[in-house]
Amino acid sequence: MSTLNRTLRSFLLLELISGFALTLKYFFMPKVTIDYPNEKGPLSPRFRGEHALRRYPNGEERCIACKLCEAVCPAQAITIEAEPRLDGSRRTTRYDIDMTKCIYCGLCQEACPVDAIVEGPNFEYATERRAELMYNKQKLLDNGDRWETELAMRLEADAPYR
Amino acid sequence: MPKLTIDGLEIEVPAGTSVLQAAEQLGIEIPRFCYHERLPVAANCRMCLVEIEKMPKPVASCAMPAGEGMVVKTQSEGALQARKNVMELLLINHPLDCPICDQGGECDLQDQAMAYGRDKGRYHDEKRAVSEKFLGPLVKTAMTRCIHCTRCVRFLTEIAGVPELGMMNRGEHAEITTYIERSLTSELSGNIVDLCPVGALTSKPYAFSARPWELRKTESVDVFDAVGSAIRIDSRGNQVMRVLPRLNEDVNEEWLADKSRHACDGLLKRRLDVPYVRRDGKLEPATWAEAFAAIQEVFATLPGSAIAALAGDMADAESMFALKLLMESLGSANLDCRQDGAALDPSVPASYRFNTTIAGIEEADALLIVGSNPRIEAPILNARIRKRYSKGGFKIATIGAKADLTYPAQHLGDGADALQSVLDGVSPFFDVLAKAEKPMIILGMGALTGPGSPRLVGAARALAEKVGMVKDGWNGFNVLHTAAARVGGLDLGFVPGPGGLATRAILDGAGSGAIKAVWLLGADQIETNALDHAFVIYQGHHGDVGAQVADVILPGAAYTEKHGTYVNTEGRVQRTNRAVFPPGQAREDWKILRAVSEVLGHTLPFDTLEALRAAMEAKVPSFAVRDVATPGEWLPFGESGALDVSGGPLVSPVRNYYMTDPISRASPTMAACTLEIGGEATEARTGTDG
Repeated sequence: MSTLNRTLRSFLLLELISGFALTLKYFFMPKVTIDYPNEKGPLSPRFRGEHALRRYPNGEERCIACKLCEAVCPAQAITIEAEPRLDGSRRTTRYDIDMTKCIYCGLCQEACPVDAIVEGPNFEYATERRAELMYNKQKLLDNGDRWETELAMRLEADAPYR
Repeated sequence: MPKLTIDGLEIEVPAGTSVLQAAEQLGIEIPRFCYHERLPVAANCRMCLVEIEKMPKPVASCAMPAGEGMVVKTQSEGALQARKNVMELLLINHPLDCPICDQGGECDLQDQAMAYGRDKGRYHDEKRAVSEKFLGPLVKTAMTRCIHCTRCVRFLTEIAGVPELGMMNRGEHAEITTYIERSLTSELSGNIVDLCPVGALTSKPYAFSARPWELRKTESVDVFDAVGSAIRIDSRGNQVMRVLPRLNEDVNEEWLADKSRHACDGLLKRRLDVPYVRRDGKLEPATWAEAFAAIQEVFATLPGSAIAALAGDMADAESMFALKLLMESLGSANLDCRQDGAALDPSVPASYRFNTTIAGIEEADALLIVGSNPRIEAPILNARIRKRYSKGGFKIATIGAKADLTYPAQHLGDGADALQSVLDGVSPFFDVLAKAEKPMIILGMGALTGPGSPRLVGAARALAEKVGMVKDGWNGFNVLHTAAARVGGLDLGFVPGPGGLATRAILDGAGSGAIKAVWLLGADQIETNALDHAFVIYQGHHGDVGAQVADVILPGAAYTEKHGTYVNTEGRVQRTNRAVFPPGQAREDWKILRAVSEVLGHTLPFDTLEALRAAMEAKVPSFAVRDVATPGEWLPFGESGALDVSGGPLVSPVRNYYMTDPISRASPTMAACTLEIGGEATEARTGTDG
């Protein structure tokens, strides 16, 4: 019986027809692929992308060099050096993240008591050279300035759950 | 001997023991902020509350003497609740600024709040704020964080003997303050930072620079004075971030002097990191091979008697031993480790050691200090003297320049004549010494460096024997050194050999042309202009005065960068450990000497530090016994004869406590202290003392 069944399927091209039918079905269904980079998919407010150092609305940098992010970082990607600034406040003189070491776990932003270091929504920061992925403080602050509107929105959206 | 029960465990303790101490003996931990075993009890933080049966209220266990039949509960519901309430009360006014507080990570309040605190505060009104106080260049304040334990006040008043801090006002308005705004003048002020259980007092030079969890801790020994305090070097990467005291009951208890603690920033400045060779009158960077070739070129033409070596105050025993062997193989007997020309007899160890031992000071009952200011020469030792003084029944007299020693001392006179009158029994202090059961005398470098000092030593020895300072189980004859390397050098015999020249003669010889080459092993406290005509090799770690006259500079390692042996003023052999590596091309000193010996054709017989140490211990057996103050045998030493009374006052060689050596002279913190605290002292600077 099974031999007959197989022979019939082969000669009547049933497999081929069911395959075409499936193709035809998807032909009329809405598409899931998007035209990246012209179109982009939705991101959760908790998406952990490129890091940024934020500032207060008055322009003062938030980071106070407590070094909790450096301590918690499981990949040891963060390096901080600090000293008293001229006005006596505690500030970093160096805040480096090695983005090639980073595993994007988000522990740094969880550890931060002042919401200074955050992982933003940006994931499009591929570089041509490896050295460009060694972020310094200026790069991170620039990131913060560039993304601040979105970073603030994301924090607000996530605030009820923190 | 009351017997009490704590948490169901019975213990018998000596009368006067507090409940907290009794619990500690049982291994039961009671939290505390204000109680400290070396400070008087204040009982004002109330964190150590326990319940005692038949007492109506919880009791502060640090101030409650153990009583017969007491039944103490440290973990009962009432005790825990009481502590929780105390913690909440303390946190009412304590700011939640742990992330910017330097104490974060090593804070008693943080730790105990984790163990005994609530997770949420119930206080929502405004917190108290207190203005910052200025306490000088070493101590930074954040007085809003203060919980009024008064440890700092008690330390400065009782142990440092400089009552400059106090608590003003009451209750909500209470503040710790210097009464008039000014720097603390104590040489032990850094210790209040360690004592502070919160972040109210933090170290100013170390401010915000590192967190405790990122520091690598290396146990070592201090070399800024001859006390040899136990220290812990905290380093990050290849940089020493801070130096903290380590417990050593026999030497420094748990205190550390300010220079030892804060001069470590001098390790980053003015370092010699490549060899230099002088070409056409200018020092130019060179390779090791070029430097060795320059030495070889000169040494090949010189007889041994034209070569001399001087060891500095921070030289380790290993490098002195290696240099001594090298000089011997070159046929030179011109060695000296006494840069100041002190009249110390290397053949009798008892004549140059602190025989009483530092801990032994606590047993003494009369003290005569001759030509020394222990407060600035050895602040830790001075604290011991003060500790003994505080117990009462301790008569102290001084001979030499008058100084404030933090405890009252009878001033017998400025010069050697005062010692003569004590020796002759004219001075009433002779009777005090004679009647005392355990009298002691401290001879300082001020008494040992003058022209009449050999006789002065003889007179001190005669006095010691006359009043019975040396007897079974007690030796009251003490020499207080100012240099960490001195006793080690004397033990090793880094002194002129037969027919050799001592420091003064070497310098004169260099001037007259008899000495053609001088090897300075970190020796900076000499008259370097006497060396203008000689070929000078400077081996050291800082570009100080010695390096300026050098023809060849060999960059060596500082005490934090090598495994070295040092012998403190008691004769205690202790070892430093390497915390960081020497900068650039600098190397450990014994390695440099080993390498240069090969170029000179007199290869030293060791390739490893272990082999060097074995050779050193074979030659000088006292180096094999470590961390013990070995008493020296009482043999004749010193010269007898009339004292030279024309020499003027016996002045301590240390004029400015904060700058005595190449490291502290390079330290910005010590410079700030000199400006702020060492005011008058700096005016009398001569150029050779920093």
